[in-house]
Amino acid sequence: MPLTPEVLLDRVNDALGDKILTSKIAQEQVTIEVPAGDWLEICATLRDTPALAFDLMIDLCGVDYSAYKDGAWDGRRFAVVLNLLSIKRNHRLRVRTFCADDELPILPSLEEVWPAVNWFEREAFDLFGIVFDGHPDLRRILTDYGFIGHPFRKDFPISGHVEMRYDPELKRVVYQPVSIDPREVTPRIVREDNYGAAQ
Amino acid sequence: MTASASAEIRNYTINFGPQHPAAHGVLRLVLELDGEVIERADPHIGLLHRGTEKLAETRTFLQSVPYMDRLDYMSMMQNEHAYCMAIERLLGLSVPERAQYIRVMFDEITRILNHLLWLGTHALDIGAMTVFLYAFREREDLMDVYEAVTGARMHAAYYRPGGVYRDLPDAMPQYQASKKKNESDLRRLNENRQGSVLDFIEDFSKRFFGYVDEYETLLTDNRIWKQRTVGIGVVEADRAKALGFTGPMLRGSGIVWDLRKMQPYAVYDKLDFEIPIGRTGDSYDRYLVRMEEMRQSNRLIQQCVAWLKADSAKGAGPVISENHKVAPPSREAMKSNMEELIHHFKLFTEGMHVPEGEVYAAVEHSKGEFGVYLISDGANKPYRLKLRAPGFSHLAGLDEMSRGHMIADVVAIIGTLDIVFGDIDR
Repeated sequence: MPLTPEVLLDRVNDALGDKILTSKIAQEQVTIEVPAGDWLEICATLRDTPALAFDLMIDLCGVDYSAYKDGAWDGRRFAVVLNLLSIKRNHRLRVRTFCADDELPILPSLEEVWPAVNWFEREAFDLFGIVFDGHPDLRRILTDYGFIGHPFRKDFPISGHVEMRYDPELKRVVYQPVSIDPREVTPRIVREDNYGAAQ
Repeated sequence: MTASASAEIRNYTINFGPQHPAAHGVLRLVLELDGEVIERADPHIGLLHRGTEKLAETRTFLQSVPYMDRLDYMSMMQNEHAYCMAIERLLGLSVPERAQYIRVMFDEITRILNHLLWLGTHALDIGAMTVFLYAFREREDLMDVYEAVTGARMHAAYYRPGGVYRDLPDAMPQYQASKKKNESDLRRLNENRQGSVLDFIEDFSKRFFGYVDEYETLLTDNRIWKQRTVGIGVVEADRAKALGFTGPMLRGSGIVWDLRKMQPYAVYDKLDFEIPIGRTGDSYDRYLVRMEEMRQSNRLIQQCVAWLKADSAKGAGPVISENHKVAPPSREAMKSNMEELIHHFKLFTEGMHVPEGEVYAAVEHSKGEFGVYLISDGANKPYRLKLRAPGFSHLAGLDEMSRGHMIADVVAIIGTLDIVFGDIDR
């Protein structure tokens, strides 16, 4: 069975010391937040410390916090979240870092630490526009060739900006502005704390 | 002209897919060749990108369940399982034991469905036609089970946060008479469909060990099969970890790692099964691993059926949570009780509110680790949903696995990766 989260957090604290900005245990999962400046170094430490040995990079994803709690968020906009797994020690860790610049979010690439991160970073670049410095091949991966914009940002509409159709006169596929309006059937609702509780 | 001894040698670049039958869907591969030897393989993905994660942000938690089927559309219910587990963990919701057993049973049925498709298409790509026909014969039976329980043969939408949609039906649907089916055909076809769905599954699981042996007689010692798979796409254990491989791709390289054993979820810790591993990490070992996994899945199904059939108190009970903020009340209660009616209305209009927080839930999917990373800000819709698809990492490793091999081997390697574009492109 995996380590208890408390023990794991102690070990992470031992390895990283004061580099951890915040740490949290919830649902028996450990999340730490680290500064973007030491990103590469911290990840290498997590991989190489024998008591931690995070040898498998499970997931890396971007998060756009700008609409969190309907705009109540006042931190940095873009975060990158790593989900790590240690096969040797059988435990998991989540590491989050916020990119310093909201206009041009940039982070060093982890390609040297975990080669598996390659496509995940391409995906985060494609969908959120987070740039990974030192990435060997930072092309778009999921969107169309020649796509403009970063579709998973919260200010990108769900219906997109352009649609594609075959033009019989030009005898080729053309792009044109979308002809549909986004429609919200069920509105998004954040209830106040203790909503509906018996008085 | 200077007579330079070496004529100009150029590498060929060829385009493989997306309409190539061995591309397993919509893979576009740009291959750089030196003669017939692969120098570089560059997969272009995203042709099936539907933005499921973004769509889920605009739907209530319940409305996104059917999207999960359409991710890896060969292991539908396992995707739903990971998604429901993520929501349950954030809500702190416990799932009734009967629902857990039903889930495990269907996870394993799904694993067999997936591996049968993988086996059939992998063998077909390499040139063995018959296996495909046999594999689809068994898939038919299992898809009938899907249909009997959920009404859909593939996109089941059966799991719900808090349990499963409904209990297993008491009768297995039977074939009806038609112009093409006479009396004796009908009797033969309906022979094992006389009892309940569980009886049918039990009958299937008894037959299935023999079927796996049948497939193995066709392939395991087959000289052509071995020539095409032994030593092809070798991945060392350390390299497999570095590339982020999970599931059979990792086990084929000799690493004992299976979430069902190592970080058990549902009721896997109460069941008896083994983890097969490979030795050399080539395509042939991965084939052997997956064949053995089908047998182990079948054992798990048998144990679940035995538990579910027990008529003592332990086999009975509800299949979905009693918490009506999350799971709907029964139709009957809803029609006769004000409180229940309000719950029903609120659940299906506004939807459930999941407490603020973040969680990662992973299942041992047929192809590897399928994970759902869910961030909720307390709304009735997810704030961010990230789906970790096993095939994504595996396909990223294709370049490294195929370097130095011949063109024909790329097809064998794509087969051994067991890729499905629904989950790679999401």
